[in-house]
Amino acid sequence: MRAYRSFDSLEDRQAGLAWMQRILVNVYRDQLRKGSRTVPEVPVEEIDEFSLYRTLADEDPLPYSDSLHVDFLHSFGREDVHAVLMRLPEIYRAPLVLRYMQGFSTKEIAKLLAAPLGTVLARLHRGRKLFEKELWDYANESDLLHTGAAR
Amino acid sequence: MSADERMIPCSQAVRKLWDYLDQRLSPEEHAEVEKHLAFCRRCCGEMEFAKELQGFLASHGADEIPPDVKEHLERLVEEL
Repeated sequence: MRAYRSFDSLEDRQAGLAWMQRILVNVYRDQLRKGSRTVPEVPVEEIDEFSLYRTLADEDPLPYSDSLHVDFLHSFGREDVHAVLMRLPEIYRAPLVLRYMQGFSTKEIAKLLAAPLGTVLARLHRGRKLFEKELWDYANESDLLHTGAAR
Repeated sequence: MSADERMIPCSQAVRKLWDYLDQRLSPEEHAEVEKHLAFCRRCCGEMEFAKELQGFLASHGADEIPPDVKEHLERLVEEL
């Protein structure tokens, strides 16, 4: 709405659209920025090789579970998922949320974020890996794995 | 060369799983992943978990963007 209010003052429609795009993305970013933190740098190789599936199988954090991987995910409440997303750097969080939580296509995300498609795809890949690692780290740093069964 | 020798390694298969589920791979890559999955039980587990993760993200998506902001974004995509 902020964009529409002063849309008439712009002479060029294309410039107006680009301007509105920036405002909308910033609005969206503002929604997510609350409570975000900087993730410590992790070597690229370490992130690319991380597998939450394998880590759960190896560490077996829920020894009494018959469906470990599903139960692990179910131990996260809405606030926990939000907190995990906030731990991701913005450049990875935005494509991840737009693609997998809001259902935009990768081409649409490239338009929205004014980024090349290849960049969006690379950030989605890295974002998925970071999300998996942050799920694991968050579960270990909180008491989620001890209280999860009660959810 | 045997069928096993031509198979892509687990690291490559896992890297392509989400794109495989999104139907974003070329026919050749898609066939490579399918072939690997037919032989590799662990990567089948990885794929099932990737599906779970996709569903997990989708199920938590409604609250991440207010409906009016999403409506603006959708309208913007149509106009761009």
